[in-house]
Amino acid sequence: MAELTLPKNSRVTQGKTYKAEPGATRVKSFKVYRWNPDEDANPRADTYEIDLDKCGPMVLDALIKIKNEIDPTLTFRRSCREGICGSCAMNIDGTNTLACLKPIEEVKEAVNINPLPHMPVVKDLVPDLNQAYAQYRSIEPWLQAETPPPPDGERKQSVEERAELDGLWECILCFCCTTSCPSYWWNGDRYLGPAVLMAAYRWIADSRDEATGKRLDALEDPFKLYRCHTIMNCTQTCPKGLNPAKAIGKIKQMMAERQG
Amino acid sequence: MQDVREALMQGRNSAGGTVRRPLSPHLQVYRPQITSTLSILHRITGVALSAGAILLSLWLAAAATSSGAFSVAQAIVGSVLGMIVLFGFTLALFYHFCNGIRHLLWDAGFGFDLPSVHRSGKAVVLAAAGLTVLAWLIGLVVL
Repeated sequence: MAELTLPKNSRVTQGKTYKAEPGATRVKSFKVYRWNPDEDANPRADTYEIDLDKCGPMVLDALIKIKNEIDPTLTFRRSCREGICGSCAMNIDGTNTLACLKPIEEVKEAVNINPLPHMPVVKDLVPDLNQAYAQYRSIEPWLQAETPPPPDGERKQSVEERAELDGLWECILCFCCTTSCPSYWWNGDRYLGPAVLMAAYRWIADSRDEATGKRLDALEDPFKLYRCHTIMNCTQTCPKGLNPAKAIGKIKQMMAERQG
Repeated sequence: MQDVREALMQGRNSAGGTVRRPLSPHLQVYRPQITSTLSILHRITGVALSAGAILLSLWLAAAATSSGAFSVAQAIVGSVLGMIVLFGFTLALFYHFCNGIRHLLWDAGFGFDLPSVHRSGKAVVLAAAGLTVLAWLIGLVVL
């Protein structure tokens, strides 16, 4: 159900401010969401002032600098720092993206940083993604075929068949799209969300996969698929430039076509 | 039905005790996007049109009842408040109509790439405004 306001325990309060060191020239403020399960308190927004002359260009560089030099308790996920692992997905300046791909200078005022929206918070910028991962598992994201592969090699595809998967396989499951979707916010208990539906279409569109009918049957549901109302926030926010809304549209078209 | 996400709202602290996790901010922090704004407008105008349809039926019912009832209905429609509501109804109608066509095109598989989404969104807003002005010009000046 749609609950437009945050529960009482989730409302963000004003936090501490960590001033820039004296003599800093290009000061930028980072307002970061903080919540610690060991403190019996609401989440708060702490402000860290950073000298951009002593910081790398990306928002992730600033977060790492804060953790290394100002406040080691700041908790966030990061790994590859080049947009391929999807760990540092978060809400920066009001939209979801990867901190490692977001240049600080794209944000005019203070940089507001929050966890991915409408998710349970484990700590600070770390959301609990278990629901999304369980939904991903539910679409059985692996090749399914009755026909055995040729004895002398792998299952082959034509160039055209392989091209059908472009724009689908590149998804890194950062869930920026899923957590940008108001429909997922309100109905994420049953609606699968854009990332998982695009993953489902990646297997539906695969010429080697023989479970298309079964996959479509599994999605034929008022909630799993049809809570998508083509809002398009998913495509708008994807840090990899992919188009989940288009993939979902293709699934809906296949559903309509097989009705005859 | 119990929301399965409720289970994930239960967390643990370092001492092993249970704590209730907060829900991360959503509408509070998400910047309005052209995509979501036009989408919620479609929903709002749809609801407004349903309410407007009731008013329209009342107007028709008045016409079917008596000339006295109809002249009362006409007076209400012709009042300043009535005109404002009618203008809103017209605007909602044209927006919902144009954006409905946009949705039909999406359902047929067209216009999913982001530049097209932005262009068709702006076109829908302009068309709705243009058609509303045109309808009122015809209504007030020509007829």
